[in-house]
Amino acid sequence: MLRNTLLALVVLVMGYMFYNVYSNYETRTELAGISQHFASKGAEEVGAANIVTAIVVTYRGFDTLGEVTILFLTASIISFFLKLKDEDEESNIKNHDTSELLVTASQILIPIMFLFGIYVFMNGHLTPGGGFQGGAIIATGVALMILANPNVQINQHVIHWVESISGVSFVLIGVVGLLMMDGGFLSNKMFGDNLGEFGTLFSAGAIPIIYSFVGLKVGAEISNILNKYQKSQKEKV
Amino acid sequence: MENFDLGHISLLIGFLLILVGFWGVLTQKNIIKIIVGFTILNTGINILMVSLGYVRGKTAPIIDNAVTQVGNHDVSASVVDPVPQALVLTAIVIGFGVTALMLAYAMKLYNAKKTLEINKFNDLKW
Repeated sequence: MLRNTLLALVVLVMGYMFYNVYSNYETRTELAGISQHFASKGAEEVGAANIVTAIVVTYRGFDTLGEVTILFLTASIISFFLKLKDEDEESNIKNHDTSELLVTASQILIPIMFLFGIYVFMNGHLTPGGGFQGGAIIATGVALMILANPNVQINQHVIHWVESISGVSFVLIGVVGLLMMDGGFLSNKMFGDNLGEFGTLFSAGAIPIIYSFVGLKVGAEISNILNKYQKSQKEKV
Repeated sequence: MENFDLGHISLLIGFLLILVGFWGVLTQKNIIKIIVGFTILNTGINILMVSLGYVRGKTAPIIDNAVTQVGNHDVSASVVDPVPQALVLTAIVIGFGVTALMLAYAMKLYNAKKTLEINKFNDLKW
């Protein structure tokens, strides 16, 4: 009883604080400061139609590199944490019969999901979406694959190579930006000042390339996490 | 009340989700339900941050025909604040990482005691 009263009190006090913030909130009517600069100069400086992508990949590119590192760290900790014993490697997950509908639908859906993921991260500079979203869509396809057949073998080597190559390429493109005239690390002007025609697929300099590598890396990392979860369910029959 | 618009609605939803998530984390006994509480809390904070970037009557920060029509070719007069959206993208990815780690820990805990009841894990209690 005392516990519940205290909990209610905590939530109520929090709600009261939120209410004060809410009642004093006034919707802004114009941009200010750095947002103003990003919105008005972004298209000219970076050449990406999607200003959020311009900020994530170019203005705050270093931040994105850190973000990818965090995801890599998560995948590594989970691999370490859910480590399999060697004798478990051979065993299978106890097979609960998966529904016929799920198996048949997954065969049709998985290639389309992969294709859609690739579309999302290649068009990250033009439409809503980008590397992280596209990678998550690809990993959803892998999750569907595991649900449809719990004992499916996911090729570890493919995942590791895709992850390593795209990670290294991301940093290498950053270094190319560093070597270009008046570009910083992860600058998108790796083709010089020619950013391509605004609003087309091959525009915004290095952004589509960087975001494609980010998408591949995120997709591989989340698939790796899912694969670890799947393997940790193995038990001796 | 005459100023009630999209910014207020999303701010309200964000605050409500934070409260629901916080309540879930505090009251639930099942570890999976606690993790669900954390993800709801996380979603609420993300919605809150995006709603703080809302500018009245403006559209998404993607330059296309809609933007150029609204603002008479001045982009900064026709889009909402893109910076909170970019920051929330980072927050979502970190939230994903935290959730994945919590689920891995939950799996380990279940393997250790064959239960997800949080009250059964009292080894450090005295």
